[in-house]
Amino acid sequence: MAVLTLAKALAQAMAEEMERDSRVVVWGEEVAAFGGTYGATSGLLEKFGPERILDTPISEGVIVGAAVGAAMNGLRPIAEIMGINFAFLAMDQIVNHAAKVRSMFGGQFECPLVIRTTSGGGRQLAATHSQTVEHLFAHFPGLLVVAPSTPADAKGLLKTSIRSDDPVMFIEQATMYSDRGEVPDDADYVLPIGKCDVKRKGKDATLITYSKMVGVSLKAAAQLASDGIECEVIDLRWLRPLDMDTIYNSFRKTNRAVIVEEGWPTYGLSAEIASRIYEACFDYLDAPIQRVAQKEAPLPYSGPLEKYMLPKPEDVIAAVKKVF
Amino acid sequence: MDKALYLDLYKQMVAIRLLEEKCEELYQKSKIGGFMHLYIGQEATGVGAISARQAHDNVITAYRDHGIAIACGMDTKSIMAEMFGKITGCSKGKGGSMHLADVSKRFWGGHAIVGAHIALATGLAFADKYRKSDAVTLCFFGDGATNISYFHEALNLAAVWKLPCLFICENNKYGMWTPIEKVSSVTEMRRKADAYGMPNDLCDGMDVLAVREATKKAIDWVRAGNGPYFLEALTYRYRGHSMGDQRAYRTHDEIRKWQTEDPLGKFEEVVLKAGVPHAELDAIDDEAKRLVAEAVQFADVSPFPANDEIWTDIYADIEPERN
Repeated sequence: MAVLTLAKALAQAMAEEMERDSRVVVWGEEVAAFGGTYGATSGLLEKFGPERILDTPISEGVIVGAAVGAAMNGLRPIAEIMGINFAFLAMDQIVNHAAKVRSMFGGQFECPLVIRTTSGGGRQLAATHSQTVEHLFAHFPGLLVVAPSTPADAKGLLKTSIRSDDPVMFIEQATMYSDRGEVPDDADYVLPIGKCDVKRKGKDATLITYSKMVGVSLKAAAQLASDGIECEVIDLRWLRPLDMDTIYNSFRKTNRAVIVEEGWPTYGLSAEIASRIYEACFDYLDAPIQRVAQKEAPLPYSGPLEKYMLPKPEDVIAAVKKVF
Repeated sequence: MDKALYLDLYKQMVAIRLLEEKCEELYQKSKIGGFMHLYIGQEATGVGAISARQAHDNVITAYRDHGIAIACGMDTKSIMAEMFGKITGCSKGKGGSMHLADVSKRFWGGHAIVGAHIALATGLAFADKYRKSDAVTLCFFGDGATNISYFHEALNLAAVWKLPCLFICENNKYGMWTPIEKVSSVTEMRRKADAYGMPNDLCDGMDVLAVREATKKAIDWVRAGNGPYFLEALTYRYRGHSMGDQRAYRTHDEIRKWQTEDPLGKFEEVVLKAGVPHAELDAIDDEAKRLVAEAVQFADVSPFPANDEIWTDIYADIEPERN
């Protein structure tokens, strides 16, 4: 195992998969010559040449549309959308085409495609560049949606996504690219689709979260442990499909849950998961499920306001205390 | 005259005309539902252009797709069954009139979000170029689609990546119910290709031989590795934009004028003048009628998909979550 940044882990995953399968190609804005806005495609141009890694115009619609067409016609493209806020410009291709070309044509077409993009706040980029909206994509049958929380997961989940025959929204958090962690060297290090990962064991309360909020929740759990509350921290990894069995099993043990997401709570991920827990585990409920999420306002530029709006370990600790 | 070719072009145009007339009738009888857009009047464009392709060339189009499907050689039975929503349809009854496709004919659909398939076409073309195939992608769309962002993004990308793409604009003068001059700053669609440095041409979309010749020239250019090409075919739809369209936005004079240009009638005259006996064309008409009747019969007796069919083909790798 080597210690890598999350950006390097992504680059390694793509390089290994491009080595393994000549059908894998990469395109997006600034991915080739510049190596990716966050460095995640750094080195690929030198290694694989301009036929396999291509800079595109700033044209999100055709970046994804061309990737869907190429996937239908036998390639396995990785299309990078520089930020999830710009994915709205490609929303039609993602939800009306990538998610549907297989089923709407009765299974005639394949769509093995990865759309890599960057989500989340915390960089003072103001309201249109800071949104956390991955759950919107998880609304659509036909898509897989995944968001890694560590460099090792980033590698394993990206390799799984590239090998998948389905369209995957692979969503990275914008402030995590320089996070460091041990990453398996194994060129076949893949992680199962639709399985979450218990990042910390505990018996008293279940924290359900993903991506950047895994770290926030683990910090909260460490502090709570010193107060004698042992939290189980479940990293969803996949927003679609959701691994509800692991969540139910944990909840049936702890009888208490807090769901932590970076985005807004209304119609969000936490609403969906809470609803499912209530439906499936009502008899196990010791306290109303708590949700920790971003304040329901457009995220401002100003540093202190941005910090105020985004979920912090203290918010998680306060929510956990409410379920006791 | 290449008699076999002429008869084949005639046969395809008749097949489309009769299929569309039957679809119109069946729609009125509620055998076919949803949105349906007929190709009557535009037969020469699809048939002429597709007759110039090789079997490994791709075809993709918008929702006015019945004629393109026939020209690609699709089986009329699977087309009709699809429109009836039956399991025996080309898309298992999940796509309907606007989403015909047959991957074995390299016909990639039938797409109903205006302009979106122009973006898909660039990807189809990229994949062939990447594999060092000399296949060309023929992408059909209407004049109305030239105002959406996809059109401009796709033409630009195709030009900068030198993709083997032939963009064929079927200019039928109306985007839905609005005349093109009210919504497009230029009314000659091919001039939009100039903005992307793309060679372009104009042809008479009511003349199947003219469309075929222009398309051959365009395909040769693209296949030689020169990058994309843009062909505008001037045509006219005799029916409305979709079913239920009262056509009040067009004058009777205008429709009558274009009917004198009927691509099928005009080509029939060409074939007769070339010395083909009338009886041979009558035999083709009869056979086309028989095929349409057989397709309707097939669609009628085919079963609807079972309810459980909704869970198939959503994912390749996982079982969809059922609710």
